Amino acid sequence: MPTPILMPALSPTMEEGKLAKWLVKEGDKVASGDVIAEIETDKATMEVEAVDEGTVARILVPAGTEGVKVNAQIAILIREGESLDDVKVPAAGADASAPGAAAPTAAEASPPAKPQAPAVSTARHAAREEATAPKPTAEPTSAGAPQEASSGTGKERIFASPLARRLASEAGIALEQLTGSGPHGRIVKADIDRALSEGIAPKAAAKTADTAQAGAPAAAAAAPSAVPTMSDTEIRRLFAEGSYEVVPHDGMRKVIAKRLTLAKQTIPHFYLTVDVMIDELLKFRARINDRAPKGEDGKPAYKVSVNDIVIKALGMALQMVPDANVTWTEEGMLKHSRSDVGVAVAIPGGLITPVVRNVESKGLATISNEMKDFAARARNRKLKPEEYQGGTTAVSNLGMYGIKDFAAVINPPHATILAVGAGEKRPVVEGDEIRVRSVMTLTLSTDHRAVDGALGAEFLQVIKNLLEDPAMMLV
Amino acid sequence: MSDTSFDVIIIGSGPGGYVTAIRSAQLGFRTAVVEEKHLGGICLNWGCIPTKALLRSAEIYHYMQHAGDYGLTASNVGFDAAAVVKRSRNVSGQLNKGVAHLLKKNKVTVIDGRGRLKGAGTVVVTKDGRNAGTYQAKHVIVATGARPRTLPGLEPDKRLVWTYFEAMVPEKIPGSLLVVGSGAIGIEFASFYNTMGAKVTVVEVMPQILPVEDAEIAGIARKRLEKQGIKIITGAKVASLKKASDSVTAVIDDGKSTQEITVDRVISAVGVVGNIEDVGLETTRVKTERGVIVTDGFGRTDEPGVYAIGDVAGPPMLAHKAEHEGVICIEKIAGLDVHPLDKLKIPGCTYCHPQVASVGLTEAKAKEAGYDIRVGRFPFIGNGKAIALGEPEGLVKTIFDKATGQLLGAHMVGAEVTELIQGFVIAMNLETTEAELMHTVFPHPTLSEMMHESVLDAYGRVIHM
Repeated sequence: MPTPILMPALSPTMEEGKLAKWLVKEGDKVASGDVIAEIETDKATMEVEAVDEGTVARILVPAGTEGVKVNAQIAILIREGESLDDVKVPAAGADASAPGAAAPTAAEASPPAKPQAPAVSTARHAAREEATAPKPTAEPTSAGAPQEASSGTGKERIFASPLARRLASEAGIALEQLTGSGPHGRIVKADIDRALSEGIAPKAAAKTADTAQAGAPAAAAAAPSAVPTMSDTEIRRLFAEGSYEVVPHDGMRKVIAKRLTLAKQTIPHFYLTVDVMIDELLKFRARINDRAPKGEDGKPAYKVSVNDIVIKALGMALQMVPDANVTWTEEGMLKHSRSDVGVAVAIPGGLITPVVRNVESKGLATISNEMKDFAARARNRKLKPEEYQGGTTAVSNLGMYGIKDFAAVINPPHATILAVGAGEKRPVVEGDEIRVRSVMTLTLSTDHRAVDGALGAEFLQVIKNLLEDPAMMLV
Repeated sequence: MSDTSFDVIIIGSGPGGYVTAIRSAQLGFRTAVVEEKHLGGICLNWGCIPTKALLRSAEIYHYMQHAGDYGLTASNVGFDAAAVVKRSRNVSGQLNKGVAHLLKKNKVTVIDGRGRLKGAGTVVVTKDGRNAGTYQAKHVIVATGARPRTLPGLEPDKRLVWTYFEAMVPEKIPGSLLVVGSGAIGIEFASFYNTMGAKVTVVEVMPQILPVEDAEIAGIARKRLEKQGIKIITGAKVASLKKASDSVTAVIDDGKSTQEITVDRVISAVGVVGNIEDVGLETTRVKTERGVIVTDGFGRTDEPGVYAIGDVAGPPMLAHKAEHEGVICIEKIAGLDVHPLDKLKIPGCTYCHPQVASVGLTEAKAKEAGYDIRVGRFPFIGNGKAIALGEPEGLVKTIFDKATGQLLGAHMVGAEVTELIQGFVIAMNLETTEAELMHTVFPHPTLSEMMHESVLDAYGRVIHM
């Protein structure tokens, strides 16, 4: 019996993703373990391996399709002795599981997903065939699968009249949320009118797949609904036609927009700034790097950067000021025992924050090498979701761009984020004299629900002290 | 089932009745239609169809009289009134046979006689005063249509004062004619008789002719008709008629003064009323109001199992409205998912010369409804095909909701517009905005390009003007 290949879940909370690339085509033979496709979520690209061996009979979801639900059939494999005629192409929109069940089944299936028996999808396919067969007696014409296409089962083509589309876009209503009452489940003006009068929340609060932070649910639930925004149409009207190009957002951009807007809307930020004298730090770094043992290829075993030391200092400071190593939830304050430090890495088209776990128990060389590996894989979008989710704080460094200081946006579920500026020689007053010192400005953004002013100041002071006297990180 | 028991009985076989019967049969119902006079009802026999045949003769006669404009010669141009009428009757006859054939093909039983309800579910048929059978049906659809309304003082007498029945089959073209009422029926007859040589006067009580049409369009039509020699008096009523042996003198009162005109014949075209009498409605809980049967959007009356569609169920009194109402009614009975007709998407056409066609809100009604509108206008003179045809007069007007780009109304006057309006109707049904219409490629050279230009004009982007 032909085996369906299903869309795998790359994380327990993943609901849908983009089928970025097929590495096989119809007719290719595959063996167990062969990589057959690449799946993209907001920040990472994962490979899908064939679990069984066989021949790729049919590719159901073209490369580049977004919004493919976890467990949706993406291809069909046939084995020795089976023929292509056995292959029953599922009805448009039919999944192997009901849309609502995507989350629990995803939790069970770890990537790559094992092919499941297609009993449900073929049964549904057969039912649809019956429903649409012409019959002399009454049969509801709008029954069957086509209605699902516009009832929010993901980013399959949504049928809506031109007027309805425009009205929805101007009102900020996501068509995916609506069920159409028009022919073949088409969304029509009446549906938009009804949605507006019944108060369906505009896109800002719509539930879209969020594959990033696992601890986010509390913050997400608290997100305000009808925040007035300019619609796309209103914005475009401000610019001359033809003077701009519209570039669709990729998954990463969408998540950045969503999460940071959420952060700014729900987290009461306040900011603390301090200047750190880093002459000692620079000497300390030079000493460590000079004594790096050389490997077989002549390369040093490590090359610690200032940022690596900042990561370590931040991690140690969280242990020294445990009240700052927290996350706010409605129910209570989560007091973390580990220092997991997220580190912002700029990549083409955006940024991602891989998390160095247990910084308190890692040496600088380990931290440094981990960061190098993270950065390289981040640029290729090959980080696994568990590598960039969670964390108890974060650090963002724009010093390499000569930025003196800046205030970063807190990434939920953290309570703090440390913004690091450029280290530069500055005139400094010592006693009554002016000296030239190497100075680096740090700004700590703090969630006032979790960490108050004095506590934040204390925390920042500890960080500063550790950076000015790195040996104290060993105590 | 016995011979007298059906799933559905339809009383009346006009466009509402026969179309519903065919659809009913398609849906698998055992269907019968009861017809007292002629299959196809008024539309086929004494309305839509024969008038179009008459108007076609008039149109060709008109071209023959202007043959020189096209480089042609035609001398001794004339007509035989009886032959013109005969052609029209033949067209009706042919279609009448056609309906009989369609009903037979769909295995619909045709019962000859007058059907009357006797309580829900029972229809008693009489023919020439005698009992012609009693029939049972789970569903009875009343599609008895409408007849000319009579105003006091203007009672038709079949001789001097005509209804459309008499106007359809004149023995000769009267020398002079008074047409009372300037709706589609009145104007079409006015146009026909004028082209065929009568001196026509039209009297209308409303301030504009074609009262349901957009004022600007009706105004253009009026000028064109007046240029053809038709005298039009609006805002006036016929106070009284004085009949002589072969002529009628009418007193026309416009509220300020009166005038008298004497004509050979009068056509009373003051509207129609539903045929709600003597159909047995009183044996049921069916309610009527202002001369029509009260129904919901699916043709259901206050009596379960009894339905009403078409003219007898109220305005607009249009054949295509009756057809769709009937189909919606029977599909609802069959359990299909249907929606009531959107009255704003029913087009209206008038086949005088120039033709008038429209759908949706007029400019006035759109403003009244509170819309901030954009109006596009494109005159026939800007269209190559119109000029090539020798029909440079007319206008295509489109009305959009400024906020959403929704097409609220389309109104046209000029040659062939009755064939063009369907494009706008389809677009409205698909919930178009101006963008889709602008992107639609209309063929060149056609009159339909004016539809495109009118939309462009609404947005300040007209090309050919």
